[in-house]
Amino acid sequence: MLRIEGLQVRLGDREILKGVDLEIRQGEVHILFGPNGSGKTSLLMTLMGYPQYRVTAGKIVFKGIDITRMPVHERAGLGMGMSYQRPPTIHGLKTRDMVSICAGDGDQDVEALASQVNMADFLDRDLNAGFSGGEIKRSELLQLMAQNPDLLLFDEPESGVDMENIALIGNAIAALLERGPTSSSGACRKKMHQGRRKMGLIITHTGYILNYVPADRGQVLFEGVIACRGNPQEIFQTISRSGYQECIECMT
Amino acid sequence: MHDIDEKTRKAQEAKEKKAAYGQDIDLETYCVEGECIEPLSGLGQLTQEDRSMMLKAGVDASEQDRSGSYIQKDTSAIYATSLMDGLEVLPIKDALKLDWVNEYYWKLADVGQDKYTARAYTDLHNGYVIRSLPGARVTFPVQACLYLHQDALSQNVHNIIIASEDSELHVITGCVSGAHVIKGLHVGVSEFFVKKNAKLSFTMIHHWAQGMLVRPRSVGVVEEGGLFLNNYVCMKPVKSLQMYPATRLIGKGAVARFYSLLVGHPGSELDVGGRILLNAPQTRAEIIARAISNGGTIVSRGHLAGDIPGIKAHLECRGLILNGGDILAIPELHGKAEGVDMSHEAAVGKINQDEILYLMSRGLSEDEATATIVRGFMSVDIPGLPPDLKNQIDTAVARTNQEVM
Repeated sequence: MLRIEGLQVRLGDREILKGVDLEIRQGEVHILFGPNGSGKTSLLMTLMGYPQYRVTAGKIVFKGIDITRMPVHERAGLGMGMSYQRPPTIHGLKTRDMVSICAGDGDQDVEALASQVNMADFLDRDLNAGFSGGEIKRSELLQLMAQNPDLLLFDEPESGVDMENIALIGNAIAALLERGPTSSSGACRKKMHQGRRKMGLIITHTGYILNYVPADRGQVLFEGVIACRGNPQEIFQTISRSGYQECIECMT
Repeated sequence: MHDIDEKTRKAQEAKEKKAAYGQDIDLETYCVEGECIEPLSGLGQLTQEDRSMMLKAGVDASEQDRSGSYIQKDTSAIYATSLMDGLEVLPIKDALKLDWVNEYYWKLADVGQDKYTARAYTDLHNGYVIRSLPGARVTFPVQACLYLHQDALSQNVHNIIIASEDSELHVITGCVSGAHVIKGLHVGVSEFFVKKNAKLSFTMIHHWAQGMLVRPRSVGVVEEGGLFLNNYVCMKPVKSLQMYPATRLIGKGAVARFYSLLVGHPGSELDVGGRILLNAPQTRAEIIARAISNGGTIVSRGHLAGDIPGIKAHLECRGLILNGGDILAIPELHGKAEGVDMSHEAAVGKINQDEILYLMSRGLSEDEATATIVRGFMSVDIPGLPPDLKNQIDTAVARTNQEVM
């Protein structure tokens, strides 16, 4: 379980999160909505432990451990993983080697994983060097597949992806979160739910991802606070219809 | 005879002549008399210590996957052998008795360049002549080791490397000092001849002691359709190293590529350049340098000059400053005709924190992430190298990386 309590965060001299409360229980997937600049990416980066996001109040508890001050790699070791929107290029590091790094001690068939997300041809290229938007997303997914974390943070996993690859990416994310079409066959809904252990927090603008990944809850982040919680489909429909205006009204 | 007199005169005149770059060295501090060391009948006779030192610079005493070997210990050539038809490996002192070798000796390098070239002429100890005969494909590398074992010695060598017409030759030279060497001087003149449609790769790995002074002097020439790959790796501490290898492309379509990987440790001064002159149509040149200063001083020079329309040349220098230190990148382009295509990029900085955090979020500690990025920074794809040689360079880099980082 992930529990965020009264989280306040500064980036430089700007306060970007102003008291965020959020709880993701085991097996739950949440969607994080919000206009540009509302602090969504900052929340994810803070959860992952990026030091430039300075926690000034509140705490983050993951699997019962207070991780508020824990360094990035220890969070990864505890089972957190993130798909970045714009990851850096690392010259001289082959994608293949990064996937092995992600796998850690785990024995993973890199080629087989890569072919699942159409990345086999990229394994011997420098990580993210000259990758298109869609290729970056697939590369991020491939890394997470090898890393196999328990809490997955996705920062706009479908942005820049062409229509052809949307389904591929959507289904891969669903599989990572144990909600793929294959993981539900034959089991009743209750059992299906009980079997799920993975947690997810997904930032989306387009909402396409909702067509592939059944989500449990939606949250709207607005000006550094959670302004609205509810059914993710309903929230998305409202935002599609009238933007974030209703959230603003709701808050005031 | 006149020729010899001329060289002797030049050497005499240049005896005190300082080099254009690098700190000046008092040559008298280093003795030129080496103990005479008996030749070996096989590399199996090397001591375990010598073997392991040589291996650090890519010289493998088992000679597995090698086409030939040359080993010089201090002033003596102790082993020279070719394991392949079409390949000659000779100590230069023996080779100079042959007329054809004299056609190449000091033909590119200038005795009078500075006090170091002068010394290599007047006090020549030995060195190697490696030649692939016309049409020969010497795909496994020839290995050469210039091993300095005696403390405070000035080791003076002269090498001649010739890839004859339509041949392919790969040479890996390891320069190493013994575990007990505190100080010493290595002066090495090398002349490279890449003939018509020949391909030569020359990889030099330096693994010196901390107190060593090193002054290589290299000049090359590439004829029509020839390819010259010149790779240089120096990642171990060394007191002072200065070199500025130059190559002229004189035949249509000739190509030269220089790659260097440098690490400057505290107390080390590296001044390493590369110069390629594009003097024929359709020639191409590339100089790529990766420099990491770990507290030392590095000057990375590059000079490309072209005087024929349509030539293409690129220079790239990337520097990383890790624990203080100093990197000066001096890229120079000299276009002397309309229609030359020349470019350069130079960047000096620190490791991007985002890259470290990215790797940490995949489970690596900060130190592991830094090492991974540094390894990546130093891993340059060198097109045209046989995979086996590429692996050897990677292994040498990884081994040094582990040892020094």
